[in-house]
Amino acid sequence: MKRTVPLVIAAFTGFVLIVSYFIPYAQSWGEEAMIWFDILAAVAFVLGGGNLLKTHLQKISNRRAGWGFSLITISAFLITLGIGLAKMGVHPAEKFPEFAWSGDYLSQSSGFGWIYDFVYLPLAATMFSLLAFFIASAAFRAFRAKNTEAMILLGTAFIVLFGRTHAGIYVSQPVVDWLTAISGAEAGSLAGLRLDRITSTITSVFILAGNRAITIGIALGIVSLSLKVLLGVDRSYLGSEE
Amino acid sequence: MTDRVSWNLPVLAIVIALAGLVPQPARAESQAESESANTESNDSPRPPMGVTAIDRPDDAGDGIIVKWTLSSDDFKNVPEGKTRKVVRYEILRKTIHSDKEDEFTLVGEATFQKTSFVDADCERNAIYLYQVVAVEHVDSKSEAVQAAVPITAILQYWDTRRTWFLVMLVLVCGSVILFIQLARGGMELKVRKIAGLEAVEEAVGRATEMGRSCLFIPGILDINDMQTVAGITVLSRVAALAAEYDAMLEVPTSRSLVMTTARETVQAAFLGAGRPDAYNEDNIYYLTDEQFGYVAGVTGTMVRDKPAACFYMGAFFAESLILAETGNSIGAIQIAGTAMPSQLPFFVAACDYTLIGEEFFAASAYLSGEKHQLGSLKGQDVGKLIGGLLIVVGCLAATFASLANVDDTLMHSVVSFLTDNVLGNKGFLP
Repeated sequence: MKRTVPLVIAAFTGFVLIVSYFIPYAQSWGEEAMIWFDILAAVAFVLGGGNLLKTHLQKISNRRAGWGFSLITISAFLITLGIGLAKMGVHPAEKFPEFAWSGDYLSQSSGFGWIYDFVYLPLAATMFSLLAFFIASAAFRAFRAKNTEAMILLGTAFIVLFGRTHAGIYVSQPVVDWLTAISGAEAGSLAGLRLDRITSTITSVFILAGNRAITIGIALGIVSLSLKVLLGVDRSYLGSEE
Repeated sequence: MTDRVSWNLPVLAIVIALAGLVPQPARAESQAESESANTESNDSPRPPMGVTAIDRPDDAGDGIIVKWTLSSDDFKNVPEGKTRKVVRYEILRKTIHSDKEDEFTLVGEATFQKTSFVDADCERNAIYLYQVVAVEHVDSKSEAVQAAVPITAILQYWDTRRTWFLVMLVLVCGSVILFIQLARGGMELKVRKIAGLEAVEEAVGRATEMGRSCLFIPGILDINDMQTVAGITVLSRVAALAAEYDAMLEVPTSRSLVMTTARETVQAAFLGAGRPDAYNEDNIYYLTDEQFGYVAGVTGTMVRDKPAACFYMGAFFAESLILAETGNSIGAIQIAGTAMPSQLPFFVAACDYTLIGEEFFAASAYLSGEKHQLGSLKGQDVGKLIGGLLIVVGCLAATFASLANVDDTLMHSVVSFLTDNVLGNKGFLP
């Protein structure tokens, strides 16, 4: 029963979404199903918040390694939640001036907006900026010329990286001119050998072809897995009956 | 309802057309006068012409397309120092009832040089009449030009644009079901070895030997995303191995629903492996919905706990490389699987094994080793075969079309039919 009911709900919703994709009349059914999911996800926020508190309070209580971070996490969570729910610093909306809480919680004057703009965003940007260093370290490892394949990868990466800069054009243009002069070819006929053109060919032919092959595989994989889930062939995501 | 409209509509159309015919000369006259006045005084723009309205195809009876020919004052390029005579077009609509008629009201605007507008706020089977006005500014508008006949938004029972997609879907799904049934009936199936999945057992075993944990990250999207579902199915197999080997499995999630699902899945796996006592729900916990907050939490766990094996199975975005590089820096054996083509190079560069696209969706079936699950993989192969054949046919047709006479319309139509319908976004790649 514990697995059958979710399976029936999943299968029913899945088939409704499929039908709504092909039959215009049923489009709203699909939208309705997605609204139900949004409601469930919103309710689950409470579950997530509760779990966050439980996990970190346990950590603090047991003085486990890194408990100080848990303390900061819980403090930040409660402060943000309190400021957001109390709508601290929010001015009443123009439409309802008599209601103190009618303003937007993300307005510039709000405490929540302040936390978002001046605490959350800079922290998120800091994490994101780490990516630049990680790209460098990953590229260093990936482009080591260990074997033939790695050398081809390195060469292609060099062309694409260099071809995307102005320097690529400045450096390759004289070479193309020289080749045109010594081969007696028509002016401009060898322009395809310029690094920016080679880069464009690599991205629009080789990379695109590879990408499409991967996309077709992904599409087929999604169809197959969806079907298995809808028909109950794969129930591993549903947990146990007991 | 439809029947009532079907006989009402022509009658109303005739009445309106007749009503429109009677004052026509007078209106034409006044229009001509107005045009000459416009030309002389340069006051209001000249009106658009040939206003027509058609029912939007393949919709739920909620859209009408209004088309017109540009006003003769609507120029593509305006000489320097001059202002546009036609800045926009206003589209007005009135509903015609059997007993009364409403007033024309504004339903939308289109910018200059536009010749159509989609009124997507129509009621099914209601009868509408449209007018279009060329506008310079609020006080300078052309005469309203009316569509010759009223129009009704009709419900279409089938979206014809998606017919080819359905054909493909039926073929692929049919072959998946067929091979599942054949496998159940005892058919021997050969599935190639996938190195990344073969390494799952090795990774869990290594973590056990080292006395460290396994970290499983099911992506950052919610459970309604198919990649997360695929990740969870892989989690069940990894959890079964962890239970068998007595390894600790940690699953930080970025969505509450994923946490709940992951708990159920891992619990079931531990139960299936005969180790329900080893299951600890606190090892599957929620961090935050925020992308980089989640990254900070997970990388912190990695650096502090130094898991011996990291699994990244689900939907990832910019965080993929941050996670994988941190995992690499702590010397963990890493296996990733995702269907995000843009993140695959990062995983390939930073992880020991990467499941690319379809391999990721095949992981659950592969790891389960169940015959009927493996049958679904063979069904996928049929889809690949169809896709491959169509691509070859398309390439050949395109080559012949370019080699042959440019006017060889047959080849060109074959190519465009294949690319636009069968292989395009209406068919194989929706």
